[in-house]
Amino acid sequence: MMRAMARYAVAAVVFWGLAAIPLVADFFGQSYLVSLATRIVIFALAAVTLDFLLGIGGLVSLGHAAFIGIGAYVVAVFSLYGVSELLIVLPAAVIASGLFALATGALALRTRGINFIMITLAFAQMLYFGTTSFSALGGDDGFTLPMRSSVLGIRALDSATGLFWISFTLLAFTYLLFQVLALSSFGRALGALKQNSDRMEALGVDRWQIQLRAYVISGGVCAIAGVLLANLTGFVSPSYIAWQRSGDLIIMSVVGGQGTIIGAIAGAAGFLGLEEYLSQYFEYWRLVLGPIAIVIALLVAKPLRFSRRHG
Amino acid sequence: MSSALLAVQVLNGLQLGVLLFLIASGLTLVFGVMNFLNLAHGALFMVGAYLAVFFYQTSGEFFVALPLALICAVGLAMLLEATVLRHFYTADHLAQLLATFGLILILNDSAKAIWGSIPRSLPIPELLDASIPLFGDLSYPVYRLMVIAVGLIVAAALYYIVQHTRFGMLVRAGAADGEMLAALGVDVRKLFMTVLIGGSALAALAGILAGPLIAIQPGMGDTVLILAFVVIVIGGAGSIRGAFIAALLVGLVDTLGRSFATDFFRLFLSPATANEVGPAVASILIYALMALVLALRPAGLFPAAGRT
Repeated sequence: MMRAMARYAVAAVVFWGLAAIPLVADFFGQSYLVSLATRIVIFALAAVTLDFLLGIGGLVSLGHAAFIGIGAYVVAVFSLYGVSELLIVLPAAVIASGLFALATGALALRTRGINFIMITLAFAQMLYFGTTSFSALGGDDGFTLPMRSSVLGIRALDSATGLFWISFTLLAFTYLLFQVLALSSFGRALGALKQNSDRMEALGVDRWQIQLRAYVISGGVCAIAGVLLANLTGFVSPSYIAWQRSGDLIIMSVVGGQGTIIGAIAGAAGFLGLEEYLSQYFEYWRLVLGPIAIVIALLVAKPLRFSRRHG
Repeated sequence: MSSALLAVQVLNGLQLGVLLFLIASGLTLVFGVMNFLNLAHGALFMVGAYLAVFFYQTSGEFFVALPLALICAVGLAMLLEATVLRHFYTADHLAQLLATFGLILILNDSAKAIWGSIPRSLPIPELLDASIPLFGDLSYPVYRLMVIAVGLIVAAALYYIVQHTRFGMLVRAGAADGEMLAALGVDVRKLFMTVLIGGSALAALAGILAGPLIAIQPGMGDTVLILAFVVIVIGGAGSIRGAFIAALLVGLVDTLGRSFATDFFRLFLSPATANEVGPAVASILIYALMALVLALRPAGLFPAAGRT
């Protein structure tokens, strides 16, 4: 009970903190802060979907950037046909991404452990190379979007603060969705499968089905981040799917505490804030991130010696 | 497509295949023996190539640069093992992933800081800078043939070591049931360290050999690492034989796909559409192959004994 209370207190602080950024930016005339805050909100959304899968479900996906990529490319494809309505693009992106998750997850979940990691990575790489040779959308060079999305025809995303508040709202809904899912019987079953899948299967739980459902929900919702990212940058390119992005997302979702959901939002803020700060002074800022990743690894490491069943 | 062109592309595919085998063989044993995920394995491929460039520039001779680069790469692998990897042998996969991802970030950005992001190249050694006639008026570079030969020799040597020596027996036993092996009094940790460093040496060797054939740049190891993953998933974790067959399969499918996919789609699509579809399909062909294998045999084509 105390821990739940503490978690909601943290959530309140994180959300109020994010919401304060545009006001502060406006006050100090630092408008670039709004776009940084929007980036944080967008990657926080993606990290939340990954934290549900990874932290609660124990399914280490090293291909989550693929879903961001799908969301972004759905925006680009619709723009080719002159459609920029968010209420059309957003559901389409979620469905497209969910279908990709369904197809790849159905195969990847036939294996476990390291194989699952390698397979999710390989499918993301497949999408990466697929988009690099997708010449209608610029291939390697990427594709510049003609305009930002609109909401019911209103150009609400054109201003930096408009885009921020819509992203913020979507993040809040995503947070609530995964918070509710985590506490539901489905979320409990998913977490129990992480702890002991043999016992759960002996109890008659269908591991494949529950984990696949989690994978599809996580991947589908993650596409929202891609739609927003495309709107923020006005640009879509295969680099969104680069596998380092998937690694970054894992760092974000793990550093704030696995399976806490709110921790993923704090993790994204910390990660992107650090990137913003270090890359101002230091071109090779990943030389700093690398040791940080190793330290995080030491902190989260759980002994799992030789256990073939879980591996 | 002429049969001569096909022959050349088959040889190119074999050459890519043996390079993939050099990388995947060490990786698959590391998975097999101790269930360890080493993303930094691909970085050794990059380090090998860069060190070869460095020693070539100082010595001016490829065959001097090769052993020196290999020794230094092994030294680096031992350093990484002693400082970082060792602490994660018994950790969960997520921690292994994060730690080795961190190593990649460090190694890639170090390469960028030291050598810049402009691609480097390594000339083909003079001794092997020739072509030999295949048949008709077609010829094939000697250097690429040598790469294939080295790959096949290493494959044969590895097969002998794994199947017919005491050390190999321990490696196979470790892949089948590491817990039982440790209970029998074998120092699995030491065994694992040997496999890890030997595998790193093979990855570095692949990088050195590939040096004259590809652009040497930061991050070059990552793409190769993911291809090696595809090889391992297809071949079955922990199996040298699986890695060998899957590596050649992936090498051939990728190379032939890139050469002939567009021509193939021209058979029933308009040329413009074929030009669009061909390269896209070719670039995802090996992943489709992986998906097919997963659908039919989730444990891979030749899973190590005890892993079904």
